[in-house]
Amino acid sequence: MSHRSPLLPLLFALVCIGIALYPLVGDAFYVRLAAKIVVLGILAMSLDLLVGFAGLVSMGHAAFSGAAAYVVAALINKAGVTDLPTLLAASLATAGVTALAIGWISVRTSGIYLIMITLALGQMVFFFFHDVSFWGGADGVNLDAKPVLAIAGIELIDLSDRTVFYYVALACLVGTFVLLSVVLQSPFGQVLRGVRINEGRTRALGHDVQRYKLAAFVLAGLIAGLAGFLEVARSGFVSPAHLGWHESATVLIVVILGGMGTLVGPVIGAFALVFLEDWAAELTDHWKLIVGLFVIAVVLFLPNGLVGPLARSGGREGLGKALARLWNAPARLFGRTPAKRRDDLPQESAGDA
Amino acid sequence: MFEQMPRGSRRRFLATAAAAAGVAAVGLPRVAIAAPPRLKIGLMLPFSGTYAIHGETVADAIKLRVAELGGKLGGAEVEFVRVDDESSPPKAKDNAAKLIVKEGVDVLIGTIHSGVAEAMVQVAREEGTLTLVPNAGSNRITRALCAPNIFRTSFSNWQANQPGGPMVLDAGHRNVVLMSWNYAAGKEMMEGFRESFTAGGGTVVKEFMPDFPKDEFQPYLTEIAALKPDAVYAFYSGGGALKFIKDYAAAGLQGKIPLYGPGFLTDGVLNAAGPAAEGITTVLHYASTLDNPINKKFRADFEKTSGREVDVFAVQAYDAASLLAQGLAAVEGDIKARKALFAAMEKAEIDSPRGKFRFSRAHNPIQDFYLRRVENGEEKVLGIAAKAVEDPATGCKA
Amino acid sequence: MDVGAYYLIQILNGVQYGFLLFLVASGLTLVFGIMGIVNLAHGAFYMIGAYLAFWLDAVTGNFFLALALGVPISVLLGLVVERIGFTHLYRRDHLYQVLFTFGLILVLGEVRSILWGNDVHGVDVPPLLSGSITLTDTQVYPVYRLFVSLACVVMAVALGGVIRYTRLGMMIRASASNREMVQVLGLDVNRLFMVVFGLGVGLAAFAGMIASPVNSLHPSMGDEILIVSFVVVVIGGVGSIVGAFWAAMLIGLADTFGAVFLPEAAGVVVYALMAMVLVWRPRGLFAG
Repeated sequence: MSHRSPLLPLLFALVCIGIALYPLVGDAFYVRLAAKIVVLGILAMSLDLLVGFAGLVSMGHAAFSGAAAYVVAALINKAGVTDLPTLLAASLATAGVTALAIGWISVRTSGIYLIMITLALGQMVFFFFHDVSFWGGADGVNLDAKPVLAIAGIELIDLSDRTVFYYVALACLVGTFVLLSVVLQSPFGQVLRGVRINEGRTRALGHDVQRYKLAAFVLAGLIAGLAGFLEVARSGFVSPAHLGWHESATVLIVVILGGMGTLVGPVIGAFALVFLEDWAAELTDHWKLIVGLFVIAVVLFLPNGLVGPLARSGGREGLGKALARLWNAPARLFGRTPAKRRDDLPQESAGDA
Repeated sequence: MFEQMPRGSRRRFLATAAAAAGVAAVGLPRVAIAAPPRLKIGLMLPFSGTYAIHGETVADAIKLRVAELGGKLGGAEVEFVRVDDESSPPKAKDNAAKLIVKEGVDVLIGTIHSGVAEAMVQVAREEGTLTLVPNAGSNRITRALCAPNIFRTSFSNWQANQPGGPMVLDAGHRNVVLMSWNYAAGKEMMEGFRESFTAGGGTVVKEFMPDFPKDEFQPYLTEIAALKPDAVYAFYSGGGALKFIKDYAAAGLQGKIPLYGPGFLTDGVLNAAGPAAEGITTVLHYASTLDNPINKKFRADFEKTSGREVDVFAVQAYDAASLLAQGLAAVEGDIKARKALFAAMEKAEIDSPRGKFRFSRAHNPIQDFYLRRVENGEEKVLGIAAKAVEDPATGCKA
Repeated sequence: MDVGAYYLIQILNGVQYGFLLFLVASGLTLVFGIMGIVNLAHGAFYMIGAYLAFWLDAVTGNFFLALALGVPISVLLGLVVERIGFTHLYRRDHLYQVLFTFGLILVLGEVRSILWGNDVHGVDVPPLLSGSITLTDTQVYPVYRLFVSLACVVMAVALGGVIRYTRLGMMIRASASNREMVQVLGLDVNRLFMVVFGLGVGLAAFAGMIASPVNSLHPSMGDEILIVSFVVVVIGGVGSIVGAFWAAMLIGLADTFGAVFLPEAAGVVVYALMAMVLVWRPRGLFAG
């Protein structure tokens, strides 16, 4: 790795060990908070696939995870299903199908139209779960039980245990990270990025751009479904507000805050936003003012997110770059070059109306 | 990364709890603990968004009651921690956990929104924290979700509307149109009314339930003007109630088709509504004009300390603090004496601005409902509509 | 007669709601079409307008004076936001602009809370317009609602006139169809953007003010109107003022009649309509 400083890998390893061992030593509340960060990180990562890599800005992302969570809740409460694989499969399928439907309509447009249409369609899904009384109405539903993985009557994984949940979620985060790294280095991922940088050229190369975009939507939807499954298993509760546009916008903020177009960015963003809210809410009742000003400041001054200055600050081989190299290690294992950073990509001109 | 995070106070809490237990174990009497007992109360209330005003009212009323008792409950020094629940169900469990697990509060008081309250109560059930609900009327809280450590000082949605049926029937109305929002509280309220109204021989002509919190009522009012029912029974609250009352009058229905509802329809919006609210008849477990010394004092004190008029939210919160005070007095401020504490609270009789009341086995108030009508901008109490109404607590196994 | 009066009033209800939606949506679509910005804070400006009307009405004691003072104040606020924020974002991805406006929602919401508290407020109908027209013994239509429709028509005509006949309008039309060309021609795009954003904010705030006597003022009022306005803009064709007008009428009427004829599915009617339009024409009915 870093031939200049053996300190960095050491630091990185320490951080990894810290995260992994945290529930064994940590305070109960922060283990809970950490689990929340991990789940939000997965959701943000899936959105980053669309926004940061494919250039598809979706404002309806919470609809995918929310729909998955609702199906899990209905299966547990109405059908008494607690089998983890069944529930997981159902949530992935739900989110995937929702993403396919929304994606099918949305990818025919692009840029700013896409933002508006995904917002409107996301709200439609919101109203579906809000209005149809089968789903439990506006106040949401509590889970009667939590998903359990049992083979031959022996409980292997019980998600109602907080420590178990934390490790399962962490494993999902790592799994998602590896999966997306591989996908992004694959020919599919290369085309997707091509679409983002220059759609016309990619089309001229003979790629069916629409189909690639739709596939990205479905893949992002599937991962969002995983996040939705984890979220409902974590909190044991789902409500229409989980699908609303405020949630979708929050996930987008997480992506930008961390640094879009990187896989580690969304996780850092989730970490930062969750802690900012936790901290600001203790200061004042007007804490949303702090969050709002923070969002504005990030947009104005940190366009590349928190990963941006990290990457730039250290000069030739700064901390950020080293970290980025490390984070790209999984991709290297598969013998490909690390992901290109967002800084290297040309900025879009304002508007495409 | 994670190692640098601040330590929550849970630890400290556990340490003091362990110390307290240790002291108790060696057989010292309770008075031997040098420092006076402390009581940490977590307020989980909306301080932003649609219900923010109610959150502030609840917090102010609780503080007023605690101040009246010299800043102490059962001898324990009271300390407040607050969390803005934003009336947001997705954040409800995390917010409840923040107070219970991170802050290690001894008592949790919250909240306004029913969906948030249900999620909060679930966490409180898991953790066993003493929890008082000063508003949210969701039936489930004192039915399926009831627990030894959960108390409610407000009402159940069923309970608040069950006296509505006889009220409308007694006025001689047989055909009624129902209006509310299409959400859990709205549905439970309409159900409570429908049950007693149809049992008494009334007919619901039509039911309009626009989505929460949509407040364009004009098309429905035009429809009502065409249907010409004997009366309209409606539940809205806050901004929706104000809008509904004004629209009802502007559409020319005021005085032609009488308007009834649970008291939330007019509570807290009389000033803003002005003459449009005249003549609306409601039932509620409170009226700010109730003629009893406690209410008069409470009304004056609350208006002085908070600068706002009293409403039912303030009373419910005030009573939550009274209930807690009675319970803690019985155990001399020792929150750990859970069994005795809960037993004392169960048996408590609250001398409230709304009148005296006790609790059902599911910990919901058994209370009188007043018949009220808006006259000259004031809520005039016409009498008691129903005495000692008790929620059936269906499905409460605790 | 009764049936006739009933339908007349329901159509008036739908049209009046449609007009109000048009005022809000026209600002949204204008800012989008010219500046390429999805302004999520548009509803927040609507809310600020309503609260300004409430405050100025109480201070001056005259609703029309409140309108006359409130519109310039909100336009000024819009211009400040544009200068401080958007000018730095024009060359950036839409994503940043969207998130900037999301941050604005939070900030404006808290500013509102600090200035005017979280109370629910109402604005009285000005005495001049407080009467109503009686059609049958129970069917009555408030004069103020007619005034709202009338004011919206006047604004719509004025807006149309400005866009069609003035130099500013020419720039707006040119910029909507080809932004680069306007820049190449050496027109001051910066100033154009400033004017357009101010106009958009003014329209939203004016709508909030004029609707305040028939609405209650509450903290989440901006969010509610925003989403419906988005549906209007999407159906009408993003950026098209004519589209926004017809879509607003469509939604106003669909919402009104859906509410009474399909009360169980009232919330979905509008969205089902939108989905149908989008499947048929992904860029909306009047997309350029």
